Amino acid sequence: MYSQGLIGADGRTTESEEFLARFQARIDAEEKIEPTDAMPEGYRRTLVRQIGQHAHSEIVGMLPEGNWITRAPSLRRKAALLAKVQDEGGHGLYLYCAAETLGVSREEMTEELLTGKAKYSSIFNYPTLSWADIGIIGWLVDGAAIMNQIPLCRCSYGPYARAMIRVCKEESFHQRQGYELCMSLAFGTPEQKAMVQDALNRWWWPSIMMFGPHDADSQHSDQSMAWKIKRFSNDELRQKFIDATVPQAEYLGLTLPDPDLKWNEEKGGYDHGPIDWSEFWRVVKGQGPMARDRIKARKKAWDEGAWVREAALAHAEKRRARKMAAE
Amino acid sequence: MAVWEALVELADDHLVLGHRVSEWCGHAPMLEEDLAMPNMALDVIGTARTLYTRAGELEGKGRDEDAIAYLRNEREYRNCLLVERPNEDFAHTMLRQLYFAAFMKAFWDAALSSADDVVRGVAGKAGKEMAYHIRHAGEWVIRLGDGTEQSARRMRDAVEALSIYVDELFDSSDAAQAAEAAGVLPKRSEMRAAFDKVIGDVFSEALLELPAVPYGQRGGRSGQHGEGLGHMLAEMQSLHRAHPGAAW
Repeated sequence: MYSQGLIGADGRTTESEEFLARFQARIDAEEKIEPTDAMPEGYRRTLVRQIGQHAHSEIVGMLPEGNWITRAPSLRRKAALLAKVQDEGGHGLYLYCAAETLGVSREEMTEELLTGKAKYSSIFNYPTLSWADIGIIGWLVDGAAIMNQIPLCRCSYGPYARAMIRVCKEESFHQRQGYELCMSLAFGTPEQKAMVQDALNRWWWPSIMMFGPHDADSQHSDQSMAWKIKRFSNDELRQKFIDATVPQAEYLGLTLPDPDLKWNEEKGGYDHGPIDWSEFWRVVKGQGPMARDRIKARKKAWDEGAWVREAALAHAEKRRARKMAAE
Repeated sequence: MAVWEALVELADDHLVLGHRVSEWCGHAPMLEEDLAMPNMALDVIGTARTLYTRAGELEGKGRDEDAIAYLRNEREYRNCLLVERPNEDFAHTMLRQLYFAAFMKAFWDAALSSADDVVRGVAGKAGKEMAYHIRHAGEWVIRLGDGTEQSARRMRDAVEALSIYVDELFDSSDAAQAAEAAGVLPKRSEMRAAFDKVIGDVFSEALLELPAVPYGQRGGRSGQHGEGLGHMLAEMQSLHRAHPGAAW
């Protein structure tokens, strides 16, 4: 998630004033920056970090949802979930390719994920405990991701902006699919309704934390805004998300777990209660309930797949040698 | 035995295989395979859904795809043994897929002239899917068979482990014979030449020996499964069965 992608981002850069001014003029003119264009090192570094974390989030995000593929309660839901998880993997691949245009390889980024050097969205460090979590993730988590990502379609870096256009179309579909799943539960049996209310209770606060710290506490944002990597502040996006989500919850007859949530006529939006930032920082810093399990699962897949990747390379090399010998 | 039961057998093959393949999702050796596995799982689960639905219509007792898939136990499942074999490793998984697709490609091609409209429709779509499953799994069998020492050993182990389940593919149960007599499904025994050709070509490039099978294991069509299927169904059906009558 992009605002978290900027946490700890180092936008410092050492180019000459004149170079930076020329670059800024291009940004201000809404020109897209392309891979072969000159760019400040801080701009490149910030994007590598953000796109890499975004890609990792998609890949790690396959795990909590994948947890329910084998137990999906109908064949229609099973097929939809498989397709969704596959989409997330596809976003990951797409984003790794976008990051590679900035001179970093997928292998390097994977290494950073597995060693814990690179982060991914804190939301995926929570467990999926019931089938309703699959609906709630689509509705809230993908919904929050869309709020973040729609502005990224206009990000100054061309390959990232273009990748986001496709990603957003698919995320928007996922969000509606998730909401439709929640509808089936909210309007279903009392047990199903309780299941989706419980999932909402668990995912609400982590979802609104996805937008990152309050603007007053958000470092590095100014530079990212100036470079048009980021277009709206964390609080602006969070507000938009809450305002859009409250009526959706009301329609389902579900209660958002925030007693302070109320309409503020003056600002034309909802006020919300205090966010537990100690939980946010704890999870961001690797103490989320599923943090170890997620990385362990990715590392296991990577390590146990090593012989397959080695075999593919060895076979390709044999083919090449045979072709050379035949010529 | 009735034609609809033969469609359930076929659907069970596809659903059980799809379940196994879906177990890889998020855990594959590389990202490209994390995308390919759910794709193949979606193909076969999609085929299973159409066949269950058609079987329910022909049965005429109002059972839909979920009633047939989620409310039968392991003794009532009729899939062949090959598809329920555990994933073990990537070599086993790819060989299982190749064996299944090599058989089903020939089967669906022959089913293009089925007397049943739905089966004909499935055959057109599934035949194309099986062609690319053969390509995808076949290429992996070749890469692994002619890759490193370790991959070649794992590939040989997979051949040793899975080849005893191949013969069952060519058997027709009483239900299948009824469907064959009605012109709904092709004769399973007639797929042998096409299957052998696909496997022979891949194995020769993969430097694998076609194994001599002393005794082909059978039993799936009469509900005599391995021990793994019960666990798979317990997992697959748990949520659905916990909420009888609920809609999802």
